[in-house]
Amino acid sequence: MENPRHWRLKKQRYALVGEICPHCAVKIFPPRDVCPECGLEAKTSYQFSGKGKIYSYTKMTDGPAGFRQNAPYFVALIQLNEGPMITAQLTDVGDEEIKIGSPVEMVTRKLREDGDQHGAILYGYKFRPVLQEVSA
Amino acid sequence: MREVAIFEIGQTPVSEHWDKSLLELAGEPVLQIFEKTGMTSAEAIFVGNMLSGSANRQLHLGAYVADWVGAKHSGAVHVEAACGSGGAAFRAALMAVASGDVETAIAVGVEKMTDSPSADISSELAGASDADYERDMGLSFVALNALLMRRYMEEYGYRKDDFAGFSINAHANGVNNPNARFRYPITAEAYAKSAMAADPINILDASAMGDGAAAVLLVPLDRIADRENAVKVVGSGAATDAIAIHDRRDPLWLSAAELSAKKAYRQSGLTASDIDLFEVHDAFTIIEALSLEASGFAERGTGARWANLELISPHGKLPLATMGGLKARGHPVGATGIYQVVEAALQLRGEAGPNQVPGARIAMTQNIGGSGSNVYTHILRR
Repeated sequence: MENPRHWRLKKQRYALVGEICPHCAVKIFPPRDVCPECGLEAKTSYQFSGKGKIYSYTKMTDGPAGFRQNAPYFVALIQLNEGPMITAQLTDVGDEEIKIGSPVEMVTRKLREDGDQHGAILYGYKFRPVLQEVSA
Repeated sequence: MREVAIFEIGQTPVSEHWDKSLLELAGEPVLQIFEKTGMTSAEAIFVGNMLSGSANRQLHLGAYVADWVGAKHSGAVHVEAACGSGGAAFRAALMAVASGDVETAIAVGVEKMTDSPSADISSELAGASDADYERDMGLSFVALNALLMRRYMEEYGYRKDDFAGFSINAHANGVNNPNARFRYPITAEAYAKSAMAADPINILDASAMGDGAAAVLLVPLDRIADRENAVKVVGSGAATDAIAIHDRRDPLWLSAAELSAKKAYRQSGLTASDIDLFEVHDAFTIIEALSLEASGFAERGTGARWANLELISPHGKLPLATMGGLKARGHPVGATGIYQVVEAALQLRGEAGPNQVPGARIAMTQNIGGSGSNVYTHILRR
């Protein structure tokens, strides 16, 4: 793994820090410094709540190199409550059925290890089903 | 810009060529062209390839391949646009001839995938997506397409089996193509029982990787004696979209495919209804459906209704994947765009054998890089 590349992404991976456009108020993730809506400069940091809904999902029965030992696992496109879509793994999936539209929330988890290559362990966001409150 | 025609074609069977190197594969279709034409070189060579840097640890394929085929002094360059690399190389060769810069240009697509173990190649293919925000989340390319397929089925109310016809058609056509990886038919029952790769994509929704190479030689039309029967390139369009699916305003609409097709239609003065056959980028059945919609053959949400042999077999209304497509001919990623052009040229020449589309005069090819992020559409006419 390329350690500096992952280090540069720490705010995004650990805290979902994106941007907000100072001109049209659109919220942006991943950060790109240019607003996808109005095309103007957008460098103001904005931390996302980590709450969203599943737009689509799939269960991978086999993983690419570095992820294989985790298979099977769920991955999803998640529409964040603030607007943008994000691609991530789902985690802590128990017996409940995963559905399009299910509410999910961000948690921090181990994404992968690179074995004996460079020794780095990659952490980042995954999303889990929102825990339902049980009435007393 | 001057008119350009395909003067000659070459291809090697898509297979697991354990005994052949990247270089030997790339050389085969080019040397076929040299043998057929008596030429020994071309002024320009464009090598379409996606994975050689990781799968074969070799870059700089322009000089590498030009040297191997004995065309040492050609201007030669490696062209990469993920799974659209072949289409990109073809377009680069077209520009080189159309502009008047060269009189002969070869576009060769090559991919040597079987030197990499399958988990590695899966990771390398995922390099066509956004490395930071898609690949490193653990998604394979199949998974990205599965996300699109599930959403499509949910929004438009399709069942899994509704897509079977695309794969059945591709395999039926692969039977008669000596260069196809899979030369056996499949049934709806086999499709229904096929193992899931990433739900809802099963093994028979997905194209097969493989080793392969194909090439075309482009020349100015006025250099061809029998101009009437020459296969002319009458439309070419390229367009990109956000590399990551999550960055697209509408993930279920392939806007790069729409824009590249529109450019090709405009350039050729033709419309979707003029197309006699379409070599579609059926990397996955869902992409075939989305491509039909974006390219103007189907309304939004209705592309999957074309998964019907009566419509898409070589005798149907719009023949698709006439020599097996990516599904059955195989998908050696960077070579695919050139195979599509070679197959379209065979159809227009009337040399497609049992899969011949009767009276084919106008063919379209569409080569899609990434999950719809880099698209090359070409229209050929005899």
